[in-house]
This record gives sequence, structure tokens and C-alpha cells, in this order.
Amino acid sequence: MKKLDWKSFLFGAALGVAPIATVAVVSLTSSEATAQLWGRFRSQAVVAAPGQVVVCSETSVDDGAKLKNEEFPASSTQWTRGFDDSWVAEELERHPIKKIDDNKTVWNIKGSQKEGHTYGNYTEADALLWKKETERLVAEGSLIFHSADLLGSKNGVSCDMCHPDAEGTHAETYPKYQVQLGRVALLRDMSNWCLTQPCRGEAMSGDDPRMRALEAYMHAMRSGKPMKYGKH
Amino acid sequence: MSRYRRENLETRVERERSEIFAALKRLDRRSFLKVAAASWAAATAAGATFGSGAFQTLRFVGAQESDATSTNASAANAANVENGASNANKGVRVAYISDSHLYVKEKNDRFANALVRAVADVNALEEKPDFVIYGGDLAQLGSLEELRLGRDILSDLDAPLKIIVGEHDWYLDLGDGWRSLFGEPFWAFDLKGVRFVGIMSVLEDDFWTARKMTPVERMQTVAGLDNGVQNRFKIGASGLRWLEETLADCPNEKPVVVFSHSPLYALYRPWNFWNEDAAEARRILSRFDAATVIHGHTHQLLTHREGNIAFHGLLSTAWPWPYPPTGVPELTVQMNRPDPFNPNDGCGDGELRISPDGLVDKIYRFWNREPILVPAAYVAGDATKRPKRPNLPSY
Repeated sequence: MKKLDWKSFLFGAALGVAPIATVAVVSLTSSEATAQLWGRFRSQAVVAAPGQVVVCSETSVDDGAKLKNEEFPASSTQWTRGFDDSWVAEELERHPIKKIDDNKTVWNIKGSQKEGHTYGNYTEADALLWKKETERLVAEGSLIFHSADLLGSKNGVSCDMCHPDAEGTHAETYPKYQVQLGRVALLRDMSNWCLTQPCRGEAMSGDDPRMRALEAYMHAMRSGKPMKYGKH
Repeated sequence: MSRYRRENLETRVERERSEIFAALKRLDRRSFLKVAAASWAAATAAGATFGSGAFQTLRFVGAQESDATSTNASAANAANVENGASNANKGVRVAYISDSHLYVKEKNDRFANALVRAVADVNALEEKPDFVIYGGDLAQLGSLEELRLGRDILSDLDAPLKIIVGEHDWYLDLGDGWRSLFGEPFWAFDLKGVRFVGIMSVLEDDFWTARKMTPVERMQTVAGLDNGVQNRFKIGASGLRWLEETLADCPNEKPVVVFSHSPLYALYRPWNFWNEDAAEARRILSRFDAATVIHGHTHQLLTHREGNIAFHGLLSTAWPWPYPPTGVPELTVQMNRPDPFNPNDGCGDGELRISPDGLVDKIYRFWNREPILVPAAYVAGDATKRPKRPNLPSY
């Protein structure tokens, strides 16, 4: 069972075991059960009301299939939502991030629905969801940026030691011809250089969830700097 | 009236040069050759010390002329020149090393090697320093093992060592380890008419008890420059009282040099490039004709002046920091941004040369760049003595 891809598993569980699940959740409130199913299957945070997120730390979809957070493969965690994310608030208190766009310009635009525009159908609740989810990825990046262990650093060196608040990462200047490398570098190439040289660790693949999170953090923290690719 | 106006660097150079030439005229041929050889050696030493680039050497020979001629003067004295320039009190020379952030050896040899290099640098100085100041943050995570490693490396210094405490040295055991190795973090002494004071300026109010942090978590929190959970540095009421009492017997004319890990002026609060008590400390120092505060912690070239108090930063041996987004003093000629591909770029050590009247020439001796001299005359307001701007902006 564990070999099975967890998404396929849940997909099957949701379809095939739906009747069982319906029976099984009698003891739970139906909204919680739906939330659990929905949360896992669609990978979507269930926002009952703005700010209120149903936490699905453990599923009871079918008997014997108790899937805990830590059993999910690391590569999937950034796509899953609705799990215990109290660590996000803690991380953001430790390492405050730049303010995210509030997207007020696309809330409830009058008349847009009549004209058939998609924009304008969004509400404040939507914008809160976007904010929450985006900040979570940024917070994940922050956690990695500040942790030699999560970075796989071999000598205790983490990104923040030279780049407090991601200062000096110049994420807004990539891609650029990195003279010292003799080729055009993306931000991730430079990050990998730092990982392998000053940190003496292993390079990460470009779609490593840690690398994605690191990029999210650096871009967030360089927010407001004029985008100027190629700048030295 | 400020002491800065009594004799500036240039007039001193001119005076010493004319004294040397006057002395030379009175020499017999044999003594003349002796002095000439010494002068040549001194000039070469100045050139060699200040980088191999010919242009840089010329630039710095100009700046260093007072030293070169001082050396000549001692050579002249050796040649029994009665009327040569006096070297009875050439002021105090202090070498500095700072912010090595040592991990235990097994974890990170790089930072330890950097400190070894700095010690070798200081030992190799042509003119021996009167003492060496270590500017704090010897350890990275405050363990006794890290502090011991630092002490062992620093014990190779030829000159006496004075050391101040940084936050990385303190917050694992709140100073127990530090005290067992280095004694009290507040100290003062007089040397050649200058009062030197070391203070502990990285005190933080308790943020750890309420959060139920372990000592290791507390240390890691303080070790993060951009960690917002910790409090801001201060000297504290008892520390300030100690400072005032320690300086109470100093007349206003006596030069005072204070060593503090945190900068005692408003630089950048979010990174604790800051001290909550700085204004009070400056008030205590404001009565002196020439006071200087030397601070570690910031890992970069910084120059500032408020009234008669001059402020200088120290280089780190471990890594350089980018300048904070705001708050860099106007007087600071920012160092070029470090090259990440060059493991020691932006790092280094350096010297303070304190004249008998308390003026401080500050030398930043970068390991991979030409050194930068921040002359006392520039800090005092002579814009023509401004250090050369780097060729790239710091952004």
C-alpha cells in the first residue's frame, strides 16, 4: 500500500470507498469528514469562513489506512493544503517577510460579472486564501533559508548567515551572465553554487521542493526592487 | 575646542619630514648611509605591507608617510642623531581581529583557518602593535568548545590580547563559559596616556523564559541576525553606571577609546546593528575632546562621527555582511560588495593607530583587496582625505 502513489491511493479511496467513508464518518460531523476527504483529494484548503481552516492531520477514510502527515513524500507537501500549519505563524514571527499584495484591485469589481469578466468575481475570502497559501510557501522557504540542516549544509553555514532578510541575493537580477561561472545563471544556479561551495553540501535539482521554496522566499523578500535581469 | 584641530595628519607629516631632513644634514657619511638604508627599508616595508600594486603603493605611501618618517626617526636615533625627530610617544598601535564565528573544529575548519590567518597577519606586522583587540563573536553557538578553540588560536598572538564579548559568545550559558576563559566582560586600562575601555553591549531582555526555550534554542535565536523574536541589544543600567564611573577620573583632555561589540549609534534596528542605550553611552563620552568607539558585529567598513566621538567598524574573519538597507552613516565610504566566489573577499583584519592626542587612523586590511585607510583627518571633517571610493556600488 505504501508503494502506491498517495494521490492515486486517495483518488481510489475517494471513489471506491466513498460509500464506506460515508458510513464511517457518521461518528464525525459531516462537514469535518467532507473536509478531510476534500482536503486530501483535491489538495485544497477548506475555507469554511474566511480565516477558518479545517485541519486534517489524520484521515480515517477507510479502516487501516491511517495516513499521517509525515508519511507523505516530501515532494508533495507543498501541494497539499489544509494540514497543520501552525508552524507558519511561528516562522513568520521569527523571520518576518515582506508584505504580500492584497489584490484589492480584483475584489468585487462592479459590473464585471455582467460583462462576463472573470476578474471581479473574486471576493476578499479568495484573496485571503491566495495570501495564506502563498505565504506558506514563502515561510517554507524561510525555514530552509535559515536552517543548515534543511539545506544539507555540511559545515553549519546557512543562507541567512551572509544574506540576512535575503539581502544581497539580488533575486531580481537573474537571469544574468555570471562572470565567475562563465555562463548565464538562473537564481537557482547561484543558489546551488552557494550550496556546494560555502555550505559544502549537495546541489538541489531545479524542481526540488526545497529549491522552489527558497526561490519563493528570495523573490518575496526582494519584493519592491525593480526587476532588472542581467544586472551586475 | 576639539582636539582634532590641534595638529592634523598633514602638518604632522610635514613637521616630521623637515625634522628628518634637518637631522640628515648634520650626519657624517657613515651614519648617513645607515639612515638611508633604514629609510629605504621602511619605505619598502610600507610598500610591501600595503599591497603589491604599484599605484596602490604610491597612494598609500603618501598616506603612510608619517609612519615611514617615524621609522626613519628611530633609525636616526639609532645613529646617535641628537636633534632627530622624537619618538618618545608615537601613540598607540592596536591591531584588531573580530567576528570569527567559530564552530567546533570537526564541523567547520574554514572559519578556524580564517582566524589562524588573522593571527599570522597580526604577528607579521612590521611594527609590533601594543596590543591586539578581539572584537567579539569568537564563537558561533557559544559553546565552551568553540570558545576554547578560539582562545587556543588567539594564544599564538605575540602581542597581548584584549577581548570583548559578542552575542554569539554569550547566549548559550549567559556568560559562564566566557567568564571562565576570559574573565569579566567589562575592563579598562591606561596605556601611553590613553584610556582604553571594553564593555559588554549585547545584553538582551529575557525573551526565552516565556517561550520555554532551551539554552540551545536561545542561542540559535540570538545567532540569527534577521531573527525578530529576540530583543534589541543594550548595555544595561549597571553597565552604563560602570562606564560613567570608570571614566570619572579622566579629564576631558584625556583620549578615550571604547571597544563595544554593537555599534553605539543608530544603524539598523531590525538586524541589531543597534544599541538601545547608545544615546546614554554617547552622553557619557560627549565631554571628551577625543573619544573613539570601535565596534564589531557589522562585518564591514563603517565610519561615523557625532561631535567629538568617532566610530569605526571592524572586519570579520568569517564572512562579510551586505550594508543594511537604511541607516549607513553619511561619512562611510562603503566598501565594494563582496565577491561570493572568493571565499575570503570582504573579510580581513586591521589596525588602529592612535596618536598621542587621541586621533585615530583606522586601517581595514582586506585579505583579497587593497587596504583602506580612513584617516583621522577625514573623520574630523577634511573631505580631501576621503578614502578612495570603490569602483562598484554596494547594492
